[in-house]
Amino acid sequence: MKVDSVVDYVTINIDGEDVDVPKGTNIIEAVKMVGKGKEVPHYCYHPKLSIAGNCRMCMVEMGMPMRDRATGEAVLDENGVQKIGWMPKPTIGCATNAAPGMHIRTNSEMVKESRNGVTEFLLINHPLDCPICDQAGECRLQEFSAEHGRGYSRFIEQKNVKPKRTRLGSRVTLDDERCILCSRCIRFSKEIAKDDVLGFVDRGTYSTLTCFPGKELENNYSLNTVDICPVGALTSTDFRFKMRVWFLKRTHSICTESSVGANTEIWSREGKIYRITPRRNDAVNDTWMTDSGRELFKEVEVGDRLTHYTIDGVHKTSAETAAAAAKLLKEGKVAIIASPHSSVEEQFYCKAIADRSEATVSLVSHYGATDGILQSEDRSPNLRGALVNGLVDQLPDADLSAVAQQIESGAVDTLLVVNEEVTQLGISAELLKKVKVIYIGLHANVVSEDAAIVIPSLSVFEKDGSFINQSFRLQRFKAAIPGPRGVLSDFMVLEHIAEALADEKIPSGSIDAAWEHIAKGVSQFDDSLRWRSIPEEGLELDPTAFLDLPFVETKNLKYDSAAFKEAHATPAGA
Amino acid sequence: MAKTKVIERKPLTFAEKTFIPQILTGLKTTGKTMFQKNITLQYPDERPSIPDNYRGVPTLVKDPNGREKCVSCQLCEFVCPPKAIRITPGEIDAEAEPDRAHVEKAPKEFDINMLRCIYCGLCQEVCPEEAIFLQDVFSLSGYSRDEMVNNKQKLYELGGTLPDKHYKWDKKKAAEEHGNAH
Repeated sequence: MKVDSVVDYVTINIDGEDVDVPKGTNIIEAVKMVGKGKEVPHYCYHPKLSIAGNCRMCMVEMGMPMRDRATGEAVLDENGVQKIGWMPKPTIGCATNAAPGMHIRTNSEMVKESRNGVTEFLLINHPLDCPICDQAGECRLQEFSAEHGRGYSRFIEQKNVKPKRTRLGSRVTLDDERCILCSRCIRFSKEIAKDDVLGFVDRGTYSTLTCFPGKELENNYSLNTVDICPVGALTSTDFRFKMRVWFLKRTHSICTESSVGANTEIWSREGKIYRITPRRNDAVNDTWMTDSGRELFKEVEVGDRLTHYTIDGVHKTSAETAAAAAKLLKEGKVAIIASPHSSVEEQFYCKAIADRSEATVSLVSHYGATDGILQSEDRSPNLRGALVNGLVDQLPDADLSAVAQQIESGAVDTLLVVNEEVTQLGISAELLKKVKVIYIGLHANVVSEDAAIVIPSLSVFEKDGSFINQSFRLQRFKAAIPGPRGVLSDFMVLEHIAEALADEKIPSGSIDAAWEHIAKGVSQFDDSLRWRSIPEEGLELDPTAFLDLPFVETKNLKYDSAAFKEAHATPAGA
Repeated sequence: MAKTKVIERKPLTFAEKTFIPQILTGLKTTGKTMFQKNITLQYPDERPSIPDNYRGVPTLVKDPNGREKCVSCQLCEFVCPPKAIRITPGEIDAEAEPDRAHVEKAPKEFDINMLRCIYCGLCQEVCPEEAIFLQDVFSLSGYSRDEMVNNKQKLYELGGTLPDKHYKWDKKKAAEEHGNAH
């Protein structure tokens, strides 16, 4: 690993308490580091965007130790302590960096008064839309108005009228009256999405957010502007008026769209997912995610889900199905088509099944173009997991022609397919009829129709598990909603089959019990590692064994293949 | 422990022993009420008059122009202690109702389960649009559990129209038309 450059710390005094913060930290972040619920309220400042300093909400009082102008000597008070020269007016916290000896007051009368004043001005032209506004409940203006506002309005003139219900793009709706002109969305489009389409027109209180003429907010990151909008000006057209946010339960998850493995939060109520938003992880996705990744939950609701364990079209229990699958696999001549979409746990038991039934394992690649930000070339979340588990030792091919040849020559009698539509990957439907198929999958398709044994699978939103992303970071996801009734988590069924193949009793039932085997069986994992002990921000694994493989990822937001190789090529400690 | 105070019982007087004064007092009351107006109501043919602040069955009301007031903010659903209210929010179709397009939001479905409702009136108290009121209906019955769930249509039937002090959304529309447009 590269040794991080040594961080310089400076000591500043916040509300009478000395705090060490890294050099270059601004006051908002410094106050956040103090903890204890202390916060400098802010609208326009965002940790991942440039500083605009236009909302004026983060005003604090600032003072520096006094020095005599002529001599440069420290000016002392009667107790012999250096005097603090407080600035006569408040300063904004976002654009003030911590300097040695700096004194900050975040709660003085002057600060309170300026926050109150700023809030009053922001509310002058803000409509009273809270009952119909989607942001209500997570609105910074609502929160800070309650906390720092006056509680009533002194404004008796007419409010400004601006366009409402404007379509900015296919996924974003804009209500200009609610906009407080923080310019976060403009800066995001320019700096992160690199698609500069938003801007303010007109002046003063008539300033209006709009798209440049002839352009639309159409890029694949447009919904991030909705996330960072501190008020309800930018709203998601898809989530619009669907549910108030205070009813929704948040579950930490991982985006399955590509090998980036963006950290996400699933918002659900009573078993129904309403939206997906990004979760901050500075090593993976900062605070962003793609629009396409937010729509993946809709696959859960489509009608063709497999919901029953079946043997030759007859509904059976999961135990009967697993036993029948094991019996079939024991007959030999097995080929397994595993999936880079499966979790680490499922791949581990796929590997166990492959070892015990002496099967050949193939994987199919799912490659696409990168956008250079959070959508990598590899459109599967867990290819690295298959490598770490030892399921495969080479990168996968684009199709299954090798398996097709084996079937044709009669070398394969039984095919275990995990969530792949194999008829589109080189194995024709006629060829598929020559073998007995065990299909583990989410949706009904051509393969499941003809399969001897069908095992319904759970989507990533319905099960616990973990993925390994492009930079060999092990990240876990939790079940947000229950799956179809009676359907077990995929790894449990695979575990049952593997258990029956070896005639040994594996203690099962929970994912942590499974991890006792996984941690022991996979050399990359520490023996004491459990699913529950994977940190929220993920766990970096040692990638040195796989550095020579020609991974398709080139460069995106937090990953650069050349730099990654270089950083890990030097042996540890060098 | 509290101290027990023993009170001596006075012996009955001669008049009390005859019971005649007591009987006469009783007969006096009977005689008086016999010629008064009847107090007992022949329920259910006759109904009592219900005071304005009575907390009966929760209902949805329309404004005097017959327009829906609820904007499905779901605050009543949130505040409801026994979780009797269930709302599915929806969007107002701007083409079907152009005069209400600026309200944007209205409930698609609105169910109140009267088997759960405890008539606490918190929904009325919390409503920012003054759209839900506990009115004078106090007796309701049904043959099945489903019948006891009041849907949106039933709630508006029960609620009827109430006078509106504010006409909030009309004011908003007027401001939109005559406000400080640039």
